Order: sequence, then C-alpha cells, then structure tokens
Amino acid sequence: MIQALAFYLFAFVVVLSGAMTIASRNPVHSVMWLILAFFNAAGLMILVGAEFIAMLLVIVYVGAVAVLFLFVVMMLDIDFAEMRAGVARYFGIGLALAVALAAEVMIAIGAWSTGPIQLARRAAPIDARVPNIQAIGNLLYTRYLFVFEAAGLVLLVAMIGAIVLTHRQRGGVKAQNISRQNARRPQDATRNTRPVVGQGVEL
Amino acid sequence: MTIGLVHYLVVAAILFTMGVLGIFLNRKNLIVILMAIELILLAVNINLVAFSAFLNDLVGQVFAMFVLTVAAGEAAIGLAILVIYFRGRGTIAVDDVNRMKG
Repeated sequence: MIQALAFYLFAFVVVLSGAMTIASRNPVHSVMWLILAFFNAAGLMILVGAEFIAMLLVIVYVGAVAVLFLFVVMMLDIDFAEMRAGVARYFGIGLALAVALAAEVMIAIGAWSTGPIQLARRAAPIDARVPNIQAIGNLLYTRYLFVFEAAGLVLLVAMIGAIVLTHRQRGGVKAQNISRQNARRPQDATRNTRPVVGQGVEL
Repeated sequence: MTIGLVHYLVVAAILFTMGVLGIFLNRKNLIVILMAIELILLAVNINLVAFSAFLNDLVGQVFAMFVLTVAAGEAAIGLAILVIYFRGRGTIAVDDVNRMKG
C-alpha cells in the first residue's frame, strides 16, 4: 500500500515536472523543473530496487548536467521572451503528434505481455542476497568490462571535444613565459659602456 | 493493489511523449530542446530499469548506466556547440541555423 502510494506520488511529480520543463517561460525555471524530474525518477528507481542507478541519476544529472545547463543559460545573454513566440503556432500539430505517439505506445504496452521467459535464458539473474551495487559491480567489471572502458572513452572524447570547441585564444594578453625568462643571458640583456664625462649615454 | 511493470511503462511513455512535445513546442530555443532530449533519455532509463527489475535480470541496469554516460556526453557537447554558435551569431534560434545548407 505504502509502495503504491509512493509510486503514484513519484510518478505524478515526475510527469508534472516534465510538463513544466517544456512549458516554462524562463529556461532557469525549466532547469529547476528538470532537476525535480530527475529526483523523482530516482525515487521511482529506488522503488524497484535499482539503488545504484538512482544514486547515479542524482549525482550525474543533478550534480553535473543540470549545473552545466544552468551555467549555459545564465552565461548566454538571450531574449527568451522572443523565443516563445512560435509556441502557439506549433502547439496544435505538436499536441496532435504527441497524443498520437502516446496512444501508439499505450496500445503497444497493452498488447505486450512478458510471456514465459525461462530463468536460464536470463543474462544475469538478480540474486536477492547480493546488494544491488555489488551485483552491478560484479557484472560491470567482468562481462561488460570492455563496454565499460568504451563508456569511459566516450566521456573522454566528450570532455576533449567540449574543451576544444569552447576554448579560445585571446589576443593581447601579457602572460609570463618562463622558458624565455630562463633562456635569457646576461650578455644579451646588459651592455657595458664607458660614457665620456659630460656626454651621457646613447640608449 | 500492486504496482506492476505496466505502471512504470506508462509513466515512461508519458515522459517520452513530453520530451517529443517539448522539441515541437520550443522550436526556437535550443537549450530547452536539449532539456527535452534529456527527458527522453530519462524515460528510456526508467524503461530499462523497470524491465530489469520486473524480468529479474540485471543487464538492464548496466545498460541504463551506459545510456546515462552517453546522455552526459551529449549534453556537454551540445552545450559546447551552443556556446560557440552563440559566440559567432549572437542567437540560438534553431530556425536561423542554416549555415550547413548547401
């Protein structure tokens, strides 16, 4: 009973915040609603026993991706009111397409049934005695090791790509060049002169 | 009343539809389009985790993690492209993006 209550609470809030994400006028509010959606999705995942994915969702999305969105929204100086102008024009066809898509998916869910799946055919049956995080770790570092490495490579490429794309060389900045400083010799930098009295030196 | 797989699938379907609708509604605002894509990927993750839990197979959760990885990379690259596009053009309206048109 309490589980059903929690499910309906999380499901309602996740759907509501998803709707507000796409409907907010202010993109900062959109990001806030997106964060709420991720928190409630994490709650949904905890309800089915996937604690690791839930924590990952909170850490990765709320901690990193949402902050990234916030940074970008606040960094760009954009007139967001002007951007909402086309909403009314596309609302009808967008809603029609969305309703059609939702109806199709609902029909597919209604027609679908799990069927008698043999336990031996499962790739990695869940053992109730092993904690979720330990079970995922066992699977991730053995059978899916190379996929895991590839995921790390994807993140590396994304990081390098983002840095290369947004990095820019500024002109006219006076920066310290240590190797040039160290390579400087006294004979290049100083000059001995013997000035005649009363004439001064030519610099 | 027990919560079954179908409940989770319906929630994920609604969330997925929200994401698609968001792409349609915010045709001009690239940031909200990226957020809508995040919503779609969240719906996919809910589906993967729900199937994993109710079919008693852990592989779905492992792959949900990979989807999360790709989503994070996609957000980083997408926002980087957005920033350099704004730097060059002073706007992020999607309708104006026609530089690669032949």
